[in-house]
Amino acid sequence: MSNEVKNQQHEKEMRALLEREFPPLQNAELQRDLWPQMLLRLDAERAPLRVPWIDWALAAAVAAALLLFPNAIPALLYHL
Amino acid sequence: MELLERFAAGDLEAFEALFRQYQNEVYRWTARIVRDSGAAEDLTVETFWRIYRARERFDPAAGNFCAWARRIATNAALDHLRRARQETELPEDYPAPPRSDPAERGELRGHLRRAFLELPAKYRLVATLALIEGEPYNEIAEAAGISVALVKVRVFRAVRMLRKKLSSLGLEAAAK
Repeated sequence: MSNEVKNQQHEKEMRALLEREFPPLQNAELQRDLWPQMLLRLDAERAPLRVPWIDWALAAAVAAALLLFPNAIPALLYHL
Repeated sequence: MELLERFAAGDLEAFEALFRQYQNEVYRWTARIVRDSGAAEDLTVETFWRIYRARERFDPAAGNFCAWARRIATNAALDHLRRARQETELPEDYPAPPRSDPAERGELRGHLRRAFLELPAKYRLVATLALIEGEPYNEIAEAAGISVALVKVRVFRAVRMLRKKLSSLGLEAAAK
């Protein structure tokens, strides 16, 4: 048996096995409209970046500390 | 202005019209690849999100929207298969056919299923479409953005990997 014929035979056998194990899904139908989900996705991606309040509070605390203790600035830069 | 031109220009209503027209087509194609209705729904949304982001690259005059959408859907499904390969069992929310002789073929089926899930994503993609879904090689090539020759090579290698795996377990791959 030539290699090509053997390969075709192997493919045919595997096709038969796989088709039995995983039935074809040519008639799969969408059960609901996905546009509402799509709109949510569009809104989420287009929404401006929101910074949590805790981040603002931390930034304010650091800024206040640097204003009160300006000598700490070189030390802070050194450690960055 | 035509629908596709308005879509390419960023018109959301045109995008909605295209979404409603093609969502079932994209879903059906994706479901055939990933074989999981929930994942296929998510991937349909992901596909249209990618389409919306890439709208400026779409040429309404030359382009076939359906073929373009199918190619993007195939890439999204391939990404999903790559992510899911290590962590999931193949979901079976679609009905399996009745088994005539479960005792005799149970071992082979279990190993075949595992071997199939262990295929690298790019091989599993073409093996699913070519061997299970019976999709023509040229359609697979167009959807995956590769040549027909490469599709044939990948199908051949996928079959060889599956046979090798079954053979290493002492199982005969020939269909009875």
